[in-house]
Amino acid sequence: MSTLQPVAEPKVTQTGGQCRRHLLDLDDFSPQEIEAVMETADGMREVLGREIKKVPTLRGKVIVTLFYESSTRTRVSFEQAAKILSADVINVSADSSSVSKGESLLNTALTLQATGADFLVVRHPHSGAPYLMASHLERSGVINAGDGWHAHPSQALLDMYTIRRHLGRLAGVKVAIVGDVLHSRVARSNLWGLARVGAHITLCGPPTLLPLDLLRGAGAEGGAYLPDTVAVETDLDRALDGADVVMVLRLQKERQQAGLLPSLREYCRLWQVNPKRLERAKPGALVMHPGPMNEGIEISPAVAHGSQSLIEEQVTNGVAVRMALLYMLAVPGREEAQR
Amino acid sequence: MQEARNGRYVRSYNGLWLQFEADSCNLSPATKGEGFFVADEKRLMGPDDIRRALARLSHEVVERHRGAQDLVFVGVHTRGVPLAHRLAGNVSRLEGVHVPVGVLDISLYRDDLGRRASPVVHPTQFPVDIDDKCVVLVDDVLFTGRSIRAAMDALMDMGRPRLVQLLALVDRGHRELPIRADYVGKNIPTAMSEEVQVRLQEVDGVDEVVLLTSATAVTA
Amino acid sequence: MSGEAILIQGARIIDPSRGLDRPGDLLVCDSLIASAGEPVDPASLPGGSRVVRAGRRWVACPGFIDLHCHLREPGHEHKETIATGTLAAARGGFTAVCCMPNTEPAIDSESMVEYVLRQARATGCVRVFPIGCITQGRQGKVLAGLRELAEAGAIAFSDDGNPVGDPHIMRMALQYTVGLGLPIINHCEDHSLSAGGVMNEGWVATRLGLRGYPAAAEEVMIARDIALAEMTGGRLHLAHISTAGAVDLVRQAKARGLAVTAEATPHHLTMNDAWVLGRRDGGAPSPQPLVLSAYDTRTKVNPPLRSPADAEALAAALVDGTIDIIATDHAPHAITDKLVTYEEAAFGISVLETALGSLMGLVHGGLVDLPTLVHRLTVGPSQVLGGRFDDLATLRPGTPADVVLFDPDEEWTVDVGQFASKGKNTPLDGCTLKGRVKLTMVQGRVVFDGMGGAI
Repeated sequence: MSTLQPVAEPKVTQTGGQCRRHLLDLDDFSPQEIEAVMETADGMREVLGREIKKVPTLRGKVIVTLFYESSTRTRVSFEQAAKILSADVINVSADSSSVSKGESLLNTALTLQATGADFLVVRHPHSGAPYLMASHLERSGVINAGDGWHAHPSQALLDMYTIRRHLGRLAGVKVAIVGDVLHSRVARSNLWGLARVGAHITLCGPPTLLPLDLLRGAGAEGGAYLPDTVAVETDLDRALDGADVVMVLRLQKERQQAGLLPSLREYCRLWQVNPKRLERAKPGALVMHPGPMNEGIEISPAVAHGSQSLIEEQVTNGVAVRMALLYMLAVPGREEAQR
Repeated sequence: MQEARNGRYVRSYNGLWLQFEADSCNLSPATKGEGFFVADEKRLMGPDDIRRALARLSHEVVERHRGAQDLVFVGVHTRGVPLAHRLAGNVSRLEGVHVPVGVLDISLYRDDLGRRASPVVHPTQFPVDIDDKCVVLVDDVLFTGRSIRAAMDALMDMGRPRLVQLLALVDRGHRELPIRADYVGKNIPTAMSEEVQVRLQEVDGVDEVVLLTSATAVTA
Repeated sequence: MSGEAILIQGARIIDPSRGLDRPGDLLVCDSLIASAGEPVDPASLPGGSRVVRAGRRWVACPGFIDLHCHLREPGHEHKETIATGTLAAARGGFTAVCCMPNTEPAIDSESMVEYVLRQARATGCVRVFPIGCITQGRQGKVLAGLRELAEAGAIAFSDDGNPVGDPHIMRMALQYTVGLGLPIINHCEDHSLSAGGVMNEGWVATRLGLRGYPAAAEEVMIARDIALAEMTGGRLHLAHISTAGAVDLVRQAKARGLAVTAEATPHHLTMNDAWVLGRRDGGAPSPQPLVLSAYDTRTKVNPPLRSPADAEALAAALVDGTIDIIATDHAPHAITDKLVTYEEAAFGISVLETALGSLMGLVHGGLVDLPTLVHRLTVGPSQVLGGRFDDLATLRPGTPADVVLFDPDEEWTVDVGQFASKGKNTPLDGCTLKGRVKLTMVQGRVVFDGMGGAI
């Protein structure tokens, strides 16, 4: 169909092709796009179930993982996803590269682009780092693998995929997100993604670990930027009441040292998700955690490893969802980009 | 399956990522090669024509294979799948044996990734092991041959069939690879500026084959 | 009339020092104002005189005085020098600038004050008045030699960039300078509340996942300083106040008759924290997706751009006099200081060349009238400094001819490539402003001529 007239001049990608070039957050995903990721992840799970887990889809594509924060599961998950799709993967970590010699993020990104990287999968402790890269890279796509407190879109998509696999839907599902909401990029991305597909979200945590504008409620100036399906609650039992899904967030112990919490003991007593508290949720409610867990702090071992826990399945689904994302983000080849 | 959008038709086959919100920053709108102004649409086959063509093709397959032993129809997503089911149904009635149908998604094997929207990937499903089976690949329209190349690669990843044959409801010519169909419902000579669409009850709510002519071709 | 004369014909003459606002001519002879407002016959001028025909509605007024800017010299000459900074000032209509002492080394000794004054005489094109440190090395621990600094020519004291965190030291600074007539200018920021904060705490910070710098971090210290000023009778000037709460505190202090003054910057008056999102609008909360230009490091400034409600409160306070002056807090930076993540980026906006254009937005929007705006840029700063620049902040005949002529209605697009300042760091790059400086004179000498062939 090469002679057919293109319907519009492409804006971002240099060729046509309805490609999303960067994955920065879920806030610009339409419900249809989220659904497309979910469906494609189903197809990818089929590939993961094959005896020979390899398809030629991304042959010749170079994917660089650039991690300025330590991470096992996210980096490995992206690497595995890329390799199953036959991409070449190069891992760069901040402590063993010119980053440690003081090279700026932007210069590192430009260097990697110049070496021919099709995608940079980046994790950075500073919110917005992927936006800085994306706005200066002409050829490489940027995939946000977690930036500061801001976003972790692939995690949110795998969480949503996991929920969808078990409940068959996302619309109307009641999700409680519990813990250190203030510092959580997972909470933020899930909030945008889940709200976009019509789920009901309750954010719950100690008042000092909730953003003040949310704590003061939607009536204050703040709330207006959030969908009205988002509620904020400091009482765990009320947050869990009738929940279909309980998403537990990691509590960094430094928060207590920084004066945000009186004691870990008090945190555990009031906000730990344990079997007793879980009774408030719907029978069989799904329990999720982005990992790594502090068992005995934000989640009790009995819940973490109990029958309602999907924590291991989240990891498997993470590979399928990231395969779907890499596939859908596939950028045009270099010759085309130059055209 | 077409949607009118801003006065133009955008072809939307199953699984195409639909239009995203245009104000979003890091998306490019619309597609290249996926849509065009449709100047003319001509119906080439109706429901009865399709039914008769499939009946003849079923007979040809049975005749060529001398029965339905070890036969597997594998439909290429999307419209090859209902066609494969209809053919399998015909053959089962003719021969009195159950003929399995596989579903093959070729998205991961395509050679045009990144040139257009990536279609949704669906699970590839085979109810039986295809090792040493006689596989008849079923697709709606045979055009450049590139989809069939991808389908054969995908198929080989799933096993080692004894024989692979190709069945297409429509052959519109313009092959770009050394591929030909073993069974053809209807040969339709076309210009490159035209497009053949097969619409099926199961997917589109109607059984028909139409020829679309783009506006550029008309004005040119 | 011996030397050359300059006649500005047919301008709107605004001289807040005398309550003058009328159409007329402005005549400058021998570097002094000869007349302002009276009609002047060009034929009566000596040969070689220059006649500038003002455009419709153009304004002639005393040159602006900036009580708060960073010229970076010595020590950070890659960001700005006195030469480039004063050129930028001239382009912005400023005829006098007071430079903050956060240089390298800091201006905490007589010799440093003298160095700046000497450099300014040699390379500056507008008047430069150095501000001395409050504490040695701006460390907040030991008072600098405040009276010696004053003798050397410092016109105020500040550790700007750093607050005076220790209340005792702040008290001593205010008490030690009693009777000196020079203000202690504090950058009010309680570090234990603002620690790590990079933008205003509020919905935008939550949305972006950036650490907030709450309004209270500023207000807590302002309240403290007002109490100390009341106790000591010292002369307190509050730098760049940015919140509605700060405005209330200052208003209450003034109502009690305290000698407390305050400044606001053009950016806090005209921008809000939604600019960090890459937006350029009223800043109402909205769920729209982030754009690639979000996390615009050019919007990173200390104190941070606040909420739209704060900006409104500042504008109201500017009108009612709670805020005495507008100061630019011109803070030029090198490109690399901003080509990093928002957390790493340097605080500061390059303001001098856009100040008038953005402030005129308040006038065009009906929030402030033009004579009030001119007052806050001329008479106001002079009064904050104890009236010592009254001769510069007036068009009274016989005073030095520090004059600016501007077109309040000219629309122009900000292009940092055209800046005289080395600091290209402004989020206004590419924005269209309405109001532009046409001519700046210091002591009767034209230091900026923006009229091209129109003269």
